[in-house]
Amino acid sequence: MITLRGICRDYSVGEEIVHALDQVDLNVAAGEYISIMGPSGSGKSTLLNIVGLLDRPTSGAYEFDGTDVARLDDDALAAVRREKIGFIFQSFHLVARLSAAENVELPMMLKGDPPQRRRKASVETLAAVGLEHRLDHRPDQLSGGERQRVAIARAIVMRPDFLLADEPTGNLDTRSGGEIIAIVEQLNAQGIGLIVVTHDPQLGRRARRRLQMIDGRIHSDTAKSHS
Amino acid sequence: MRVLDTSGFALQALWRYPLRTVMMLLAIAIGVAAVVALTGVGEAARRYVAGEFEALGTNTLIVLPGKADTSGSGLAGLLIGETARDLTIADAQALQRDRRVLRIAPIVVGGGQVSWRARSREVSVFGTSSALQVIQRWEMAAGRFLPELDLDTASPVCVTGHVVAEEVVGVDSPVGQWLRIGDTRCRIVGVLEQGGMSGAFNMDESVFVPVASAQQLFNSPGLFRIIIETRTREDLEAVQRFVIDTITDRHQGVEDVTVIRQDAVLSTFDSIFGVITMALAGIAAISLLVAGVLIMNVMLVAVAQRTDEIGLLKALGATRRQIIAIFLVESAWLALLGSACGIAVGYSLAFALSRAWPFLNFTAPPWAALSGVGIALVCGIAFGIMPARRAAQLDPVLALSA
Repeated sequence: MITLRGICRDYSVGEEIVHALDQVDLNVAAGEYISIMGPSGSGKSTLLNIVGLLDRPTSGAYEFDGTDVARLDDDALAAVRREKIGFIFQSFHLVARLSAAENVELPMMLKGDPPQRRRKASVETLAAVGLEHRLDHRPDQLSGGERQRVAIARAIVMRPDFLLADEPTGNLDTRSGGEIIAIVEQLNAQGIGLIVVTHDPQLGRRARRRLQMIDGRIHSDTAKSHS
Repeated sequence: MRVLDTSGFALQALWRYPLRTVMMLLAIAIGVAAVVALTGVGEAARRYVAGEFEALGTNTLIVLPGKADTSGSGLAGLLIGETARDLTIADAQALQRDRRVLRIAPIVVGGGQVSWRARSREVSVFGTSSALQVIQRWEMAAGRFLPELDLDTASPVCVTGHVVAEEVVGVDSPVGQWLRIGDTRCRIVGVLEQGGMSGAFNMDESVFVPVASAQQLFNSPGLFRIIIETRTREDLEAVQRFVIDTITDRHQGVEDVTVIRQDAVLSTFDSIFGVITMALAGIAAISLLVAGVLIMNVMLVAVAQRTDEIGLLKALGATRRQIIAIFLVESAWLALLGSACGIAVGYSLAFALSRAWPFLNFTAPPWAALSGVGIALVCGIAFGIMPARRAAQLDPVLALSA
């Protein structure tokens, strides 16, 4: 599904060039559960952004679902993000003025789905994350764990192939964090590919496949060491 | 994205930042209200002047001594030291003989001291004929206007304005009282209805006497002007030529008279006031432009405030065009709502002004309101483009990490 070959991502900071990613090769199959760990600045978030089509590599080849991503224009990339990829962020990134249901419906609204269909989907999806009683609450009326569950509902409402999570439990207490992990792992069990970036070794160890990144390179990959 | 969703999303954003939204609406509303109110004032002035002229009747000609036309012989006449001959009562009588001339009112005007018993006052004294009342459509408060006399016949009668009757004479029935004008005495035969200003003169503080009496009073044979009413509108041009030919004949072949057609004056004033109104509207439009710059500023701040929202929308699959549309529609809503408020305020202002000065109608024409809204919308959208493009160009990675 996802094939990265020789991916580099350089940033220029002042006169210096920082190699955030340096010759990364990675294959991800459908429905995999991968954790990416590593120290700060090792490039794990950059890798996640590139996989999630939010960022373009400086060099290297990226095939998503058999399509060379470099050949897609911005609008086509936006469509792929909308249909195939769901994002979960550390700080939730809910739109404060919208209710939980409206936040969940955002991707469908951008796609142009009619309001009745959106409402039906958001109600079902929020029920799936246990928030059927919070449909019309705004984010500031929800607890942190509930906000992240709304974010998950928004990420999966389009039934994407992959769920990309950047420190999904970073802003949550242990109990809510545990609930969030239980939800995303259950989604993975239903067949959605799950890639989690985290500092937390306990969380990282739960994944079937674990990547360790150092200085923009994949230092270890459990899939490779076992095979 | 559906049009309704885009617009709803933008409205929600406006609702979410009430202070910012109210400030913006205020700025645009002031601009639009200024356009509406100022064009209203300009239009009121134009209608007022047009109304004043139309009150004179559209079949009238005004004959002035001297060649006022600056094009042609007038300048040459000045250069060779020619001075205008007076218009006289005899000239007026000569004009009266034409069949197409329905009424003729020669006018002499001067200042005079009027007194009744111990009270006196400086007023304008008009010498004219009975025709003036008909031409000007003046109403009488009491008595009647000057009697029909030959133009060269003096008579010791007068008609007073409303203020003169009340404040100088001051008795219940001024008609029949003897008023002293300068050294002569005349009997009041009528009092005019309150009329206010007519041109530069306050009719309420004037006294009217037969034209021949006025000439004796001022000891001058010259007429200030002659007002002629023709039988039909179609006669105007012929009578105009006839007046010039007749007077030129009578003045030894020198064309030293100016004939103004009422309709020509009217259209001149019309165009002058049209320009003034446009200028006022233009000044008001500048304030709309300022409001537009304000929209740009505030939308730029909004983009900065909402970088994470924009980044999120991009991550969720919003295209550049969608981001641009969201912000442009927001500016357009601001402009639309602001100008709706502005129109309401502008017309209320016009209504209040019309109440304060009932003889003027300050209502702005519909084109002013429409162009106000139009300019506001164009400004809102034009000045919204830059912030919207900036939003669309935001790097989602940076926006989300903010």
